[in-house]
Amino acid sequence: MGLESNLNTDGGGFMVTTVDSVVNWARKSSLWPMPFGTACCAIEMMATYASRYDLARFGAERMSFSPRQADLLLIGGRVPIKMMPVLQKIYEQMSEPKWVISIGACASSGGLFDTYSMIQGVDQFIPVDVYVPGCPPRPENFIDAFMKIQKLVENDSVKNYKKPKNNSFNKLWQTN
Amino acid sequence: MADQLIFDKIKEKFSDEILDSYEFRGDKVVCLKKDNVLEIMEFLNTDSDLHFDFLADLTAIDYLEYSEPQPERFAVVYQLYSHEFKYELTIKVYIPEEDLHLDSVYSIWKTADWLERETYEMFGIHFRHHPNLKKLLLPEDFKGFPERKDFPVKGIGYRENFPIYSRPFDNNYLRKEED
Ligand code: SF4
Repeated sequence: MGLESNLNTDGGGFMVTTVDSVVNWARKSSLWPMPFGTACCAIEMMATYASRYDLARFGAERMSFSPRQADLLLIGGRVPIKMMPVLQKIYEQMSEPKWVISIGACASSGGLFDTYSMIQGVDQFIPVDVYVPGCPPRPENFIDAFMKIQKLVENDSVKNYKKPKNNSFNKLWQTN
Repeated sequence: MADQLIFDKIKEKFSDEILDSYEFRGDKVVCLKKDNVLEIMEFLNTDSDLHFDFLADLTAIDYLEYSEPQPERFAVVYQLYSHEFKYELTIKVYIPEEDLHLDSVYSIWKTADWLERETYEMFGIHFRHHPNLKKLLLPEDFKGFPERKDFPVKGIGYRENFPIYSRPFDNNYLRKEED
């Protein structure tokens, strides 16, 4: 089933692989999501985590409420102007590599709240990998998004993380 | 009967302060001049026949482009309730656009603290002698008063003004074809 099934069972045996495939396999099967639930979509997110849909099947057993240990940011719900700096700080605090899912119409585009106090899509200010449409999306949509993230992780390469492009990640430490 | 009592009581003491008083679908409304609001509120709170001990709500109305002519552009509205006599009363105080100042009723009802702060940030009405008159819900550096009728619904640029974060690392892999 896993990698070990490739091993020869009658003693000895070895296998050859690439660092990328081992690392990506490990990463994609143990994503630690950081839930950022600010409104109704978060309820659907919780439902996806509960026993009926059970996201643990995909390796995301543990919700990480500390951004330092998370590698997947789940933005579920509308983000007001006072919350955006908080969200950005959380994004900065997550360690590389990291991925972002924007759940629902509000997080992706502001939804029906086209008002002075509402961010019109978090992707204006932080990078988003997968958008989930719906108000709120069904857990199936959310699982689909999760599997898309797994696919992204699979296609990733450790070579991508050699050198930082800019030092925005370090800025956090300098300013504090 | 009770309605008449409330009106009579206020009229008896503050007849020159009252602009108008009427009843609309069971709601008793008294419109006051803005100068002696605190004194009248104190009377309503302490008078033994009225005893309005509860400030249920305090907010403001912007009458800009209202269909019926109003004395002034803004009105501050107080909803009072008396637990003892089960009286309800609405007080409306019109204040002109040029002088948006009013006495705080915090000294009478402590609940006015946050209500007045909200009215202050949303309409720009200043409450004199409020102990801590700063913004309640909006960010501290927010410009403008969003609940005024002439404030654009989409705001004046605050929601677009955040730093843009890009990925610290090269993310070309995202553009790869899936599958
Ligand atoms: S998209 Fe719909 S369900 Fe989700 S946060 Fe917005 S209003 Fe709520």
